[in-house]
Amino acid sequence: MANLKPDTKKTKAQSMGMHTEVLTGKTQQKFFNPDEAENFFYWGTYDVDFNKRTELDVKDMDCKLANEKIDRLMSEGYGTIVIKNPQGKHSLGVGILNKLNLIFEGSLGYFGVGSIDGPIVTVKGRVGWSCAENMMAGKVVIEKNAGSCFGAAIRGGDLICKGSVGARTGIDQKGGSIIVGGDAGAFTGFMMQRGRIVILGDVGINLGDSMYDGTIYVGGKIGSFGSDAVEAPMTKNDIEWLTRKLKVAEIGSNIDLSKMTKIVSGKKLWNYDALEPTEKKGAI
Amino acid sequence: MCGIAGLIHRGKTSNVGKELQDMLQALKHRGPDSTGYALYANNDGQNFIMRFKVGENVGEGSTSVNEDESVYDERKKLVNQKLSDLGASIVKEEKLTPYSYRYEIKFDKDLMDFSKAIESIESVEILSIGKSLELIKDLGDATAVSERYGLSKVQGTHGIGHARMATESGVDIKSAHPFWGYPFADVSVVHNGQLTNYWNNRRVLENKGMRFMSECDSELIAVFLAEKMRNGATLEEGMKQSLTGLDGVFTYFVATKDSLGMAKDTMAAKPLVLYESDDLVAMGSEEIAIRSILPQEIDTYDPFDGEVKVWQI
Repeated sequence: MANLKPDTKKTKAQSMGMHTEVLTGKTQQKFFNPDEAENFFYWGTYDVDFNKRTELDVKDMDCKLANEKIDRLMSEGYGTIVIKNPQGKHSLGVGILNKLNLIFEGSLGYFGVGSIDGPIVTVKGRVGWSCAENMMAGKVVIEKNAGSCFGAAIRGGDLICKGSVGARTGIDQKGGSIIVGGDAGAFTGFMMQRGRIVILGDVGINLGDSMYDGTIYVGGKIGSFGSDAVEAPMTKNDIEWLTRKLKVAEIGSNIDLSKMTKIVSGKKLWNYDALEPTEKKGAI
Repeated sequence: MCGIAGLIHRGKTSNVGKELQDMLQALKHRGPDSTGYALYANNDGQNFIMRFKVGENVGEGSTSVNEDESVYDERKKLVNQKLSDLGASIVKEEKLTPYSYRYEIKFDKDLMDFSKAIESIESVEILSIGKSLELIKDLGDATAVSERYGLSKVQGTHGIGHARMATESGVDIKSAHPFWGYPFADVSVVHNGQLTNYWNNRRVLENKGMRFMSECDSELIAVFLAEKMRNGATLEEGMKQSLTGLDGVFTYFVATKDSLGMAKDTMAAKPLVLYESDDLVAMGSEEIAIRSILPQEIDTYDPFDGEVKVWQI
């Protein structure tokens, strides 16, 4: 049973912006003490050396075995791992929570590199649905195309697809950047809450449908705007940010950024800013 | 959730039976209840191939009622009598399982009247009629069905297949895919998704004289397309009309004697991965289906929402 009584003691965490609220029927409590940060670590993370490189052929492995092998190699200190023959297998490279240079020489199936926090990933082929779902940090570069739900619910990091992506790219996005060199399907940015999406090509119908917050930039044609999505003027800050990010992504150098269309949420969700103050959102 | 796969060789024939078997076996986790194949084989094109069943497979987790096999023989005799009455002659007769047959027949009249007469016999269902279409569906995974019907050596130009997870109707052959595009020779359909205006469409189509053999929502696609084509639409036109005429989420494939098509609903809610080269198009619910026949590194992509594509052999 949740404690519904307000906590009147001001902690260091609260003075930094974290807060406890008493809402009707539910409690939003943040249990975090910065004094304990030095004791905080992810289980299953490793201190790896980028200069220590190895290759792993997963042709005859299922995804569980392949992921166990990757984990074993990280535990041995390998910081650069090249995966051979992924052949569209699902759920490869998931749950990596430390720095790592991970290279797939081929294509991934569904849920590739999901729930990662920190690695730099290069996929030299294509990825299926829900690539990098729930990614917290790091950089993922897809050299070819991606399926639907690309970057679903990512919280941070840079997710880049040099080709085209399917429907619902950035669905439920909560932070980070998604950058697409080609076209994107319907419902791009569906229910996005924070972060940025950049589509250099055309985008399908219902762009930004039900988006709470965040920003979408489109270089090509837009099929239609979704409910709540509206166009906003491009600013100098937008162009500076795009210039920096596209340079990192190594795409779009020939694009006239001033001609891109900027899309934001046209509605203010009830109580949303109270839960996530605007100045705090800007910090991500 | 079901898995679908399809391929078409352009300008040549190949071992499509084995290729489709491998693709569907790779998708077994999407649908273990039944597997179906619509193979477009190198037949001589002179006679119709009619595949039909006189009962259900009652083993392998079937939801069908068990019947004495002696009724199957009786029904088969009635089919032969009907064929004779309709003026059709049997060139070749093959019993594939206790409940399914493959006939090669000579017939040159209306297929709708023909089909109605054959299917007026209790529990008899025509699975397909065509001059190149060989439609096989049964309970079990892709390998089991292929071995049961000897499909691994079938040579042809193209084919579509389905690995079914039964959700809204029973585990039986009549609800398994592919569905024949009754009453058109050589038309077949497989589907992944759910149609939400099935009964509305079914009532309208039945009033127009179209026939449904199951309560599987996917059968609607075959009937819907057949009705459009019956009224003069091309296959591609009918498929484009299906994007608004059918409600729900779907990715489906349709094949004719010389073409293969795909359509994806406007929500793009069901997956499809596509590989296309000058001489081969291969597609499936997951990339691993394509990789089962093309293990080398290839370029694939997801078709967009509301997309319809048709390829010729």
